[in-house]
Amino acid sequence: MNQEEAENCREDMEIDGNEPEMPAQRHADIIPDGFNANYLKAYYGKVFPHSDIFKWMCYGHDGKHPGCDPTYLSRREFSFTLDNDIYLRFQSYTSAYELESSIKEKCPFKIDIGPVYSVNPAKRHAYAQTGDNVFTPVERELIFDVDITDYDDVRFCCSGADICLDCWPLMTVAIKVIDTALRDDFGFNHILWVYSGRRGVHCWVCDGKARRLSNEQRAAITDYFRVYKGNENSNKKVSLVGPVLHPFLARSYTDVLRDFFEGKVLLNQNILSTEEKYEKILEMIPDESVAAELRGKWQEKRKAKDDINVVRWEQLKSLLHSGKFKHIQGLRRCIEEIIFSFTYPRLDMEVSKHMNHLLKAPFCVHPKTGRVCVPIDPNNCEEFDPTAVPTLSQLLQELNMSGSRADTDDELDRTSLGRAVRYFRSSFLQPLLKSCKEEIESAYNSRLQQSKNSLSW
Amino acid sequence: MQSLGTRRVNHQNDAVAVAVAGAASTLPLYRSAPPLEVRLEDFEAFAVDRLRVLKAISDGLSRGKKPEEMKNLVDELLKTHMSHPKPSEAVNKDVISHFVLRLVYCRTEDLRKWFLSMETTLFRYRFKRESAEAQRALMADFNLPYKAVNTAEFESVKDKLGQVARSIGQPLLTADAIFYKVPFEDVPELVAGRRVYIHRGNAYVAMNQVVSLVVTQFRSFLSKALILTNRKWTSSIKEQEKDRLTPIVEVLSTSYLGPDYSQPRESAEISLKDIDHLAKSSFPLCMRHLYDKLKEDHHLKHGGRMQLGLFLKGVGLKLDDALAFWRAEFSQKVGAERFEKEYAYNIRHNYGREGKRTDYTPFSCQKVISSTPGVGDHHGCPFRHFSEENLRAALGGMGVGNRGMDDIIDKVRNRHYQVACTLTFEAVHGSSCDAGINHPNQYFIDSQKILQSKNQPTT
Repeated sequence: MNQEEAENCREDMEIDGNEPEMPAQRHADIIPDGFNANYLKAYYGKVFPHSDIFKWMCYGHDGKHPGCDPTYLSRREFSFTLDNDIYLRFQSYTSAYELESSIKEKCPFKIDIGPVYSVNPAKRHAYAQTGDNVFTPVERELIFDVDITDYDDVRFCCSGADICLDCWPLMTVAIKVIDTALRDDFGFNHILWVYSGRRGVHCWVCDGKARRLSNEQRAAITDYFRVYKGNENSNKKVSLVGPVLHPFLARSYTDVLRDFFEGKVLLNQNILSTEEKYEKILEMIPDESVAAELRGKWQEKRKAKDDINVVRWEQLKSLLHSGKFKHIQGLRRCIEEIIFSFTYPRLDMEVSKHMNHLLKAPFCVHPKTGRVCVPIDPNNCEEFDPTAVPTLSQLLQELNMSGSRADTDDELDRTSLGRAVRYFRSSFLQPLLKSCKEEIESAYNSRLQQSKNSLSW
Repeated sequence: MQSLGTRRVNHQNDAVAVAVAGAASTLPLYRSAPPLEVRLEDFEAFAVDRLRVLKAISDGLSRGKKPEEMKNLVDELLKTHMSHPKPSEAVNKDVISHFVLRLVYCRTEDLRKWFLSMETTLFRYRFKRESAEAQRALMADFNLPYKAVNTAEFESVKDKLGQVARSIGQPLLTADAIFYKVPFEDVPELVAGRRVYIHRGNAYVAMNQVVSLVVTQFRSFLSKALILTNRKWTSSIKEQEKDRLTPIVEVLSTSYLGPDYSQPRESAEISLKDIDHLAKSSFPLCMRHLYDKLKEDHHLKHGGRMQLGLFLKGVGLKLDDALAFWRAEFSQKVGAERFEKEYAYNIRHNYGREGKRTDYTPFSCQKVISSTPGVGDHHGCPFRHFSEENLRAALGGMGVGNRGMDDIIDKVRNRHYQVACTLTFEAVHGSSCDAGINHPNQYFIDSQKILQSKNQPTT
């Protein structure tokens, strides 16, 4: 038996209390890793949380209150990518049943969620592009996409689509910095972070205020978050001008970035251990005489008791702080600039700026890794392990082992995805729906009040 | 008011007085059309003057002028085009010209976008010039619902506000500094630049940043007003005014506003033998291309003949020389007899010697750019119609170096064709052309000016 099988057996022994003789029998039922239509059919049939996604997308417009908008769900665009790269855009649904049946029938390899439009997207051709009767997005979550390949110039353990537990913490840092700013600075409350399935994270900000932001306002928030501005041609891609940092950057630095850099990045990435590596850092120092002095120190071979990266970093810091080079322009923020370069979140600007940008739905399965796009708890994001996220084959295995049960919820709970869905419901969906209902009620009440007022003299 | 040509213009049907903010400022908010009487001639003339201002602003922006330069530019433009010895007359002109241009620029999405952008920019620079008092009064006029931060709250966020101020290079906060608490959605520019402290969805906006708030409001209001104006125009005004205002309005959005070069200056005479040399040194790319193709093919189609022929007329080529010029080329292809029969007449026509004797004016850049060359045509604006590869080759042929090339291509990609031509001029002649190129004959004249001044030995 391999490790995975052993783990599965162990799980079952804990949950089902099965006899130890069972493992030998199950040896024949191992489901190989993979991603294909058959697996997906089973996944969409028994695991994918259809009703939770439906409830989310309704945003409280479930028809139970007179203030509900019966057209709200039907104006949301869904888009399916099928097998053979067939792409179906502008799909819309009017009920939970329709949404669920469509997914089960079409078995999409990927489900994207688009904006809520002014009218049902399936009927868009009847409307003009400009003028009065338009087909245009009217609501859309504020979304962010962080992809670890955007950090390839500062991570040395992996590159491209690979990730490991040494570089994944960059995503953790991104979550912490952005999440704190979204809540403390912008006042948003209903924020969902999702693992993208392979090498990044997505963020969905679902407050009513966020959904109603214009493209210009989205661009403004994205620019507020933007620090990294380089391309291959510039040596220094982070430029922090000014005698002090903006409070947002200062907070991110002292609360998250500095400790992360000095505690993890220095050691995990060994960024000062070899000449090739430390030259990259020296390039970021705008004054050649400072760089030269450090280079001189580092070229000596010395036996350090402590880790060489830590030692060299201390040397760099004390040289820049020593006051010896106080008169030189541009050195003021040099240490912060280096730390920001290695750790500050790098967002995909285009994803966030436009209301009509599609984004993959949570709980989809990534075709290349087979992993499910599960939510990440921002308060415990250091503990999230992308290499331990349930895979499609693993889930199907778990379903098989638990035998046939009538109750879907029960089934879900017997898989490793149960915990993820429960988290989605309790930490995100329920508070969101509560707030949506309150909004719908109060909007309804104030409309009533207004019409009463206009009738009075 | 004069009795001839006096008409009452009240196209918005609002009989509300002009909203002029505060005695201290003359910056109107253009809330509603003034119930003034305007002479038809002034209707057009005022609009043209304001249009000059807006077009110059547009030019300045696309050339990447910095805020300080734009501020000076706006000051200049207002002094040159919009001033009047009597202040009340100046305000009238300001307001009337704005509303006339609303009619002109409400009619398509592109026109609205352009007008909105330029008017907002103009408003921004004018607002900044106002005194703090006048600015506060204007803010009140906009009915902005923002509250100033009270002392208690100020104390609690003072440090953060100070930090922000220092981070953007502002002077230290004084104890009596006024800040407004504003939802962050209302100040996107300040948020984007991290120029404000934001907490729980509210941005703390300093008095000197208030311009951003006001400009956003101005823009939003004008945007809605333009849509309404468009509706009124299409539903009633266009038809009602079809003999009076409509023709003026339709022409204004495409008008070229410079000299028409139809009468070449007396000193500007060129002879046949000069043309070849002048083509290489002083022709803009569009004419140089036509000239080269004419020399190569000994033929040009109609569009090319018009564009080049009228240009040469503007440059100072006399009719007889023109006939000789075209004959020399065309007869190599079609023979002298066919030239006389089929082409000479049209050349004389261009010079106003045939038919209804209209003396045609050389094409402005606007006209050249908007023409649509088909297969076998070589007219139009090369910056618009050439592929990037061909354009680079053509510019190289004019002597533009690699560094200048990239700037020019960048402007072309952003569809700033005239700016690209201006940069070409600057690269070829090694000196700047502040006015920008608006007419091929202007390019020629400016080029000759520079070359001739180089030939005079400096004393």
